[in-house]
Amino acid sequence: MIARPIGRRRFLLGGLGLTGALALGGCGRLSASRAQQAALQAGEDATEFVQRLLLRPQPLAREFAAADISRVFKPNGSIDPDDAAYKALAADKFAGYRLKIGGLVETPFEISLDELRALPSRTQITRHDCVEGWSCIGEWTGVPLALLLQRAQLKPQARYVVLRCFDSLESGGLDANPPRYYESVDLIDAFHPQTILAYAMNGATLPVQHGAPLRLRVERQLGYKMAKYVKSIEVVDSFAGIDGGRGGYWEDQGYDWYAGL
Amino acid sequence: MQTAPAKLVFRHPLTIRVCHWINVVALTALLMSGLQIFNAHPELDLGRTSDFGHSFFEIGATGETPDQGYVRLLGRRIDTTGVLGVSDLDGQPTERAFPAWITLPAPQDLATGRRWHFLFAWILLANGLVYLGFGLATGALRRRLIPTGAELSGIGGSIREHLRLHFPSGEAATRYNVIQKLTYLAVVLGLLPLQLLAGLAMSPGFDAVAPWLPEAFGGRQSARTVHFAIAWTLVLFVAVHVAMVVLSGPFNNLRGMITGWFAVEPARKEPP
Repeated sequence: MIARPIGRRRFLLGGLGLTGALALGGCGRLSASRAQQAALQAGEDATEFVQRLLLRPQPLAREFAAADISRVFKPNGSIDPDDAAYKALAADKFAGYRLKIGGLVETPFEISLDELRALPSRTQITRHDCVEGWSCIGEWTGVPLALLLQRAQLKPQARYVVLRCFDSLESGGLDANPPRYYESVDLIDAFHPQTILAYAMNGATLPVQHGAPLRLRVERQLGYKMAKYVKSIEVVDSFAGIDGGRGGYWEDQGYDWYAGL
Repeated sequence: MQTAPAKLVFRHPLTIRVCHWINVVALTALLMSGLQIFNAHPELDLGRTSDFGHSFFEIGATGETPDQGYVRLLGRRIDTTGVLGVSDLDGQPTERAFPAWITLPAPQDLATGRRWHFLFAWILLANGLVYLGFGLATGALRRRLIPTGAELSGIGGSIREHLRLHFPSGEAATRYNVIQKLTYLAVVLGLLPLQLLAGLAMSPGFDAVAPWLPEAFGGRQSARTVHFAIAWTLVLFVAVHVAMVVLSGPFNNLRGMITGWFAVEPARKEPP
């Protein structure tokens, strides 16, 4: 499996930028220079590089006991997607829902919720950490993403798995057709045993406010990576051409693509 | 009355001086970006998970007109309008836990605050490793910071002298006194490593590598509370440190930490 490469050149540029940023530090307000951005990027790259190194044996995130489950699990982000197609599917308890899996795969396919539920599943009680700082513990049941990717058979150039969602965090209503939520993970996380598409939470069908019919769980990263209301899965070699080009809705707003810290 | 002139002694090696000033920049940036991050969820909990609205500590705003900021600690609310909870941003009263003048960046911007925080965390870590490596390799750590048995047994007198703001002179002024040694040791080998671990305990990635770490703090939210408390303990340390620098001769102390050379008064014959 391939990690996202961090170029030596970018590291060097980051080092130069860092020196510049430190030199500017005493001059009051820091300018949003290219050097400063390169320094900040070097910090993010260092974090990803070191964590990926430590996480090479693919350890599992801690799993908790049923008694540890939070009484209130805070719903965050979208809690009821304002999307006509979604509302129609939800009204029929997602009987007409089909998850589409395509992109750089040999055999793209569609699969219904009932078919997903019939596949081997994984149940895990894990801690959900929001980038804001809070945590909740919940139980999730779903299909390992690896199973679906194996069935689709990745092409050799496959590098990332992009999840496209029904919801949008932009205002403007349906007519404005705002950019939808999306996220991406690399193949290291996509094939991790705890990476599942959850259709149940705390023993019940996944509620709308938590991302029905399917939400991603990537237990070793922050909450914003765990896309809710998943509509389709696309395997790509690069996410540079998607929306803001940084690999996810929050990433396009400036948040780190690698959200392990 | 002593009339002999002060003597310049070389007190601080270059590596230690450079590490010191990098620390000043890094700790300032870490505090300000840390408060920016805290503003995204201005509550503290104990245990593994959050108890929204029922945390033992919260900085909030009433949302009424006029808006009032408050700090709630163990059920008691204190009005902190203007500083905590509600403060001015570009001339407008704005709901935010810590005010713009103490956060990095100034406006509410969690993403950028995180990036600054983690960048300077790496810088502080690298700086700390250079400092410790130098200190261990040259014996400077032992010479400068480890108190001798005689110093430890004389700690009572040292505390009395400090409280009367009498600082050492003569040969004794060429090294740290026992209170300084113990305080610096507690910061360098205690608070700062603990702060790093409490920070790492909040990382879901690192927690998969070391699942025992957040549990050692009593859960991830406890680790977050410890991280916040240590940050302010470090602020307290810096406040006392700077006060001592000012009281015991700011020019001489600053010259010592910039050039390495420190002026030592001849020894007083007896305590005045």
